[in-house]
Amino acid sequence: MTALLDVKNMTHFFGGLRAVHNYNLNIAPRQIFGLIGPNGAGKTTIFNLITGVYTPTEGEIRLENKNIKGLETNEIAALGLGRTFQNLALWRHMNVVDHIRMAHYSQLDYGLLGAFFNSRACRDQENQVRENAHRLMQLFDIEKYADDLVTSLPYGAQRRVEMARAMATNPKVLFLDEPTAGMTPDELVKMIRIIRQVHQDFNVAIFLIEHRMKFVMELCESIQTLVFGEVIAEGPPEEIQNNPQVIEAYLGKEDMT
Amino acid sequence: MGIAKKFQQVFSTVPMLGWFLGILTAVLIEYFWGYDYISYYLGLPKIPVLFGALIMLKEPMMIPGALAYDLIVYVIPVLAVAKLSSVFTNPGAALLEKLPLWLSAVIHLVCFYAILHLWAGINDYRVLVVKLTLVSIILTVSVNVINGYQGEFSCSHPGFMALGAYVSSILTLVLFTNDKIFGTALLPPSLGPYLFPLVLVAGGAAAAIGSLAVAIPSFRTRGDYLAIISLAFMFIVKSAVENLNFIGGARGMGGQPDLAPLPVIFFWTLLCIWVIHNFVTSILGKALNTVRDDEAAAESMTVKTRKTKMTAFMFGAFWAGIAGGLFAHVLTYINPGMFSINRLAEILAMVYFGGLNSIVGSIVGAVSINVLGEALRPLELFKWIIIPLILIFVMIFRPYGLISFTEINAKKLLEAKHKRQQGVSP
Repeated sequence: MTALLDVKNMTHFFGGLRAVHNYNLNIAPRQIFGLIGPNGAGKTTIFNLITGVYTPTEGEIRLENKNIKGLETNEIAALGLGRTFQNLALWRHMNVVDHIRMAHYSQLDYGLLGAFFNSRACRDQENQVRENAHRLMQLFDIEKYADDLVTSLPYGAQRRVEMARAMATNPKVLFLDEPTAGMTPDELVKMIRIIRQVHQDFNVAIFLIEHRMKFVMELCESIQTLVFGEVIAEGPPEEIQNNPQVIEAYLGKEDMT
Repeated sequence: MGIAKKFQQVFSTVPMLGWFLGILTAVLIEYFWGYDYISYYLGLPKIPVLFGALIMLKEPMMIPGALAYDLIVYVIPVLAVAKLSSVFTNPGAALLEKLPLWLSAVIHLVCFYAILHLWAGINDYRVLVVKLTLVSIILTVSVNVINGYQGEFSCSHPGFMALGAYVSSILTLVLFTNDKIFGTALLPPSLGPYLFPLVLVAGGAAAAIGSLAVAIPSFRTRGDYLAIISLAFMFIVKSAVENLNFIGGARGMGGQPDLAPLPVIFFWTLLCIWVIHNFVTSILGKALNTVRDDEAAAESMTVKTRKTKMTAFMFGAFWAGIAGGLFAHVLTYINPGMFSINRLAEILAMVYFGGLNSIVGSIVGAVSINVLGEALRPLELFKWIIIPLILIFVMIFRPYGLISFTEINAKKLLEAKHKRQQGVSP
C-alpha cells in the first residue's frame, strides 16, 4: 500500500521543550485516521508541523512522495493539505460565500492585472469559483446563510463553513482539529454524517483529532494515541479501546463504561 | 422619523436617471437665472458658491436669503422634477437596463459629468473645490485599500503623495516647459496633454517603489510597528525634499503646466475607483480581508499572505502617487509642507469618517470632509473644533465609519424602480 502522507521520525523542540518525539505517520488514500491523547499531548502541534505552521526540527514529511517539509503553509495547503482549526478560525467580517470563494485562491491564475481590469479570464474563473462555492454550500447545508456574516451563524453552521472552506482548497488529506468541540449531541450526529459524506464524495483521506470516543470509534479505521509527544499505541479502534496503556494514560485506570 | 419614512417612500420610485434630470434642472436654473434674477431679488451679492454656506457664516443677516436661494434653485426643482419625471425616466431606465451594464454605467457617468461640469463652471472657486475633492477621493480610496481592506494602520500616504507629486512635476517641467532650473523644454509643450498619463503613471510607480521601503521591513510585524515605520517614512520624504535644493527645497516648486483640467481629473478618479473596485471584489483582493481577519487561517487556505500584503501596499501607494501628481498640476505649485502631518490627519479623517472596507464610504468621506472644510472656512479656528467633534461622534456611534463594509452595486443603483411604481400611482 503506497502512502499518501508519510511522516518519518519527526521531532520538534520549542526551545528546550521536546514537544513531539520520533513521530511516524502513514496515511493511505481514502483512509480515516484518528489522533487521540490527553490535553497537552501535542496533537495540535503535530497538525501545525505537518501543515507547515512550524518547521519540524528533525524528520521527513512526504505528500505523494514529494517532500513538503520547509515549504510555506500556503504552498503545502495548495499541494493538498486542507485543515480546520480547533478554535474556529473564520474571517469575522466576511460572509459565508466569500469564505468558500477565498479558499479557491491557489486555483486561480488570472494574475493581478486581470484582477485590476476585470479581464475575461478573471470573470470566467470567478464565475466558475462561484458555481463551485454554491455546490459546496449545498453539500454542507449552509446555502441559506450564503450572504450572512459568519459571526451571525449558529455554532454548528460555523463548523460546517470551516469544513466547506477546507474542502474548497481541493485537499487530498483533510485535517480536522476537533471537529465536534462544543457541539450538542444532535450536531455531533450530523457532523458524523457530513464527514462520512465528504469522505465518500471527495475521495479524500481524513486525519482527525478528537476527544469524543464515540465519534472516533465510529469513524476511524486506525487510531494513534499520543502522550507527551510520543505515540504509545497505534491500531484499529477495538485494539486501542482495549489497550491497557491507552486506558491508563488517556481514559484513566478504572473500567471503561 | 415619520416624515423621513414618508419622504423615502414617495421618492423610492425615482431612478438614478430621474435624480440626474432633477439636478440638471437645478443647475440650469442657476446657470440661466441664478445671478440675474434669483440672487438679485433675494438681496445676495452674488451666486452662493457652496450652497450659501460661506455667506451664511460670514454675514448672518444673509441666512434667510441664502436658504431661500437653496430652496428655490436646488431643493424644489430637484425634488419636483425627479418625482414628476419618474413617469418617463423609469421606462428610460428600464430601456437602459437592456443594454450591457457597462454601457448603461458609461451613459450615466457622462450625464453625471455634464452636470458636474455645468455646476462647477459657474465660477473658478467651484472648479478648484471639485478638482481637489476628486483628488481626495483617489487618495482616500487608495488609503482604504491598506487601512480598511487590509486593516493595517499606515501613516505614510502623504509621503507617497509627495513622491508622486515631485516625480511627475519634475517630468512635466523638464519635458514641457522652459523652466529656470531645468532649462528649455525637451518636447513641444503641445504634446503635454497626451503624455501626461505616462507622467502620472511614472509618479505612481515612483511612489510604489518608495512604498517598498516601508513594506519590506515592517511586514514582519503588525499594528503599531507599521504605523511608526510609515510615519517615519513620511517625515523622511518631507525632510529629504526640504533639503534638495535643485527641486526648490522648502520654498517649493512652481510653474507646472496646467495639464489637469476637470475632465482629466474626473477620468482618473473613475479609473481609480473602477480598478480598485475590481481588485477588492476579486478573490485576489479579498485575500486582503482574510489577512486582516485571520492570517493563519488565510495561509492554511492557500492564500499567499506576504505577496498579498506587499501588493496591496504598493497598489495603494501607486494611487497615492497618481493623486499627488494630479494635485501638483491642479495647484501648479507644491512645497514639502503640503505633504506633512496636516495632510495625514486630513486623509485619515476622510477614511475613518467615510467608512472602512468600502469604496462608497471613502467617496462619501472624501466629499464630506472636503466640502465641510471649505464650507466652514469662515469660522477659521472653530472649524478645527467642529470637524473633530463630528469625527468623534462618528467614532462613537459608527466605529467603522459612516458606510463601512459595503461595495458599489452598479446594477442596483441604476435599475428602474418601476416594480414598486405599480403600487404607488404617480
